[in-house]
Amino acid sequence: MTATLDDVSRPITQPAATASDAPPLAVVCRGVTKEFGSGDAKVQVLLGVDVDIPAGEMALLVGPSGCGKTTLISIICGLLTPTAGTVALFGVEQQKLTGRQLVDFRGKNVGFVFQQYNLLPALTAAENAAVPLIIQGVPRKQAVARATEVLDQVGMGHRANSRPAQLSGGQQQRVAIARALVHSPRLLVCDEPTAALDAQSGQTVMELLRETAVQPGRGVLIVTHDHRVFAYGDRIVRMSDGRIESVETKAAGTHAAEGGAH
Amino acid sequence: MNWIAWKMLTGDRTKYLGIVFGVAFGSVLIAHQTSIFVSLMKRTGSQILDITEPDIWVMDKELQSVDEVRTLPETDVYRVRGVPGVEWAVRLFKGQVTARTPGGIYRQCILMGLDDATLIGAPRTMLLGTLADLRRPDALIVDAAGYSYLFPGEPLELGKTIEINDHRGVIVGVCETSPPFITFPIVFARYSTATLVAPKERNTLGFVLAKAVPGQSIPELCRRIEATTELKAMSQLEFVWLTVGYYIKTTGIPVNFGITVMLGFVVGTAIAGQTFYLFTIENLKQFGNLKAMGVSNGRIVGMILFQGAIVGVIGFGIGMGLSAAFFEGTKDIVHLKGFAMPWQVMAMTAVTVIIIVGLASLLSIRKVLVLEPAVVFK
Ligand SMILES: Nc1ncnc2c1ncn2[C@@H]1O[C@H](COP(=O)(O)OP(=O)(O)OP(=O)(O)O)[C@@H](O)[C@H]1O
Ligand SMILES: [Mg+2]
Repeated sequence: MTATLDDVSRPITQPAATASDAPPLAVVCRGVTKEFGSGDAKVQVLLGVDVDIPAGEMALLVGPSGCGKTTLISIICGLLTPTAGTVALFGVEQQKLTGRQLVDFRGKNVGFVFQQYNLLPALTAAENAAVPLIIQGVPRKQAVARATEVLDQVGMGHRANSRPAQLSGGQQQRVAIARALVHSPRLLVCDEPTAALDAQSGQTVMELLRETAVQPGRGVLIVTHDHRVFAYGDRIVRMSDGRIESVETKAAGTHAAEGGAH
Repeated sequence: MNWIAWKMLTGDRTKYLGIVFGVAFGSVLIAHQTSIFVSLMKRTGSQILDITEPDIWVMDKELQSVDEVRTLPETDVYRVRGVPGVEWAVRLFKGQVTARTPGGIYRQCILMGLDDATLIGAPRTMLLGTLADLRRPDALIVDAAGYSYLFPGEPLELGKTIEINDHRGVIVGVCETSPPFITFPIVFARYSTATLVAPKERNTLGFVLAKAVPGQSIPELCRRIEATTELKAMSQLEFVWLTVGYYIKTTGIPVNFGITVMLGFVVGTAIAGQTFYLFTIENLKQFGNLKAMGVSNGRIVGMILFQGAIVGVIGFGIGMGLSAAFFEGTKDIVHLKGFAMPWQVMAMTAVTVIIIVGLASLLSIRKVLVLEPAVVFK
């Protein structure tokens, strides 16, 4: 299987096709529940989650430890199957896809940023950032060249040939962001992207996400504990005990990237 | 994706060398131990394999190995000659004697007495002297290894004498033979000389060596000889297997050696399999990561098999190289002579390595397949 860059890198400004004028919804969850185990050992982690995440803005998912944030985003990006309920990404109901279609859909449309960066230690920064393209079948040379451009955008162009072990945590996370964006996914999911970083690097990473990740037509969903980054969100979804407690939206223009950190 | 698999495998050089070394070490253990075992067993049949002229060996019905001597009446050679389908049949004497050198060294020797007229059963490679000289009175030919046991440290030369049962023999030739199981010198003489110097027994005939007329089926002729003479008749290869079987059944050496081979096998398998299995398990999170980013299970399986194939091929290659180097390096050591790695052992080692790496891959593949891609968030 080979693909060309044009196949997989849509212009990041391309809006999702919608029939109405309503803003396109990146994520729609309806009645999502999740149980682990069975019998006496059964744990109810999600108790019916309904939530909409629009594209073109940054949504933060916050809540106390153990409330089910990671479980919810795992279900949203198709890494876990819900016990009940549905998840639609850009109108595509995930539960209707077969296993293989789900994997392909995720590969094309979802980018990930993890708390622990999860870079492949054997690959250079540029090679790591190229992985999603290689998975899509883009020839390696082309993929690495494109990845190097994206590394430039996240300020890591000068370290393109470094291995993860040679980079600081903040630098690794920037490489991870380049990897998450290199194939221009329509949904970016980040789990505690700043939790392993010091305040300064955390701020840099959040600013970078605002500048490069938030684009019209792309949903950005960030799980965080970190009060310092709340200010960067356009929408704050609060969870507690497996339920959505509240959703708070900020008027455009009031978030930190434009108004400065509080 | 194979490129990523290759990078994952070789990215950490120490770990990569460790795995390859594990497989190489496993292959060496398996190939080396098995080769030595096979070579040792083959040695028990050396005296049979060295004699290529006849098709059939005829012997006492009860005889169990070439090293056992159960003599036959001299007339049995005529009875074999009389069987239809036999082109020729000659006598072979085989016995054990003690030789004494002028230097005072006593040595047990295998004495082979060859048919006076034809010298059938004579060594094929002469290092010194000529076979025809065996026709001279009291003439003996000694194998090179035996010569070095009888005359340690002395250069090969003709004309030396040894004494067997007060009979003086003159060494008129030094030859090459396949090494025997027990490293006795092998002394060749004419049948008449051999029976003269050997301790007196009522009968002296050990074996009758027979050739079938062209076109005659060997198994059929063996049955015919057995039917008419009430002796045992078998082809060279059958006799080798009889002898090998005898040693396996009656001496502890092969059994104990077999256990060593088994241990080599188990240890080799454990080392090779374990290192590769652990490697994949350590990379579980990386595979989970790739799964999350859209790599299908099928491609993950492909990546692991690809890594297994690389490790297997390189490790096996190094292992075979080391084993071959051992046998190459020891081939001139007298008591290790004839130890070599048969291609069958190499093929068997290859199959074993494939099974080991395949099994290790399967076990780790199972782990990767049941892996929830959600582990990436852990
Ligand atoms: N595979 C699993 N099997 C059983 N229980 C699980 C499993 N995964 C998560 N849980 C439980 O589900 C609950 C929610 O876990 P989750 O990881 O979603 O919380 P979280 O909100 O992300 O917490 P944190 O902020 O600490 O990361 C926890 O009580 C956890 O123990
Ligand atoms: Mg979590």
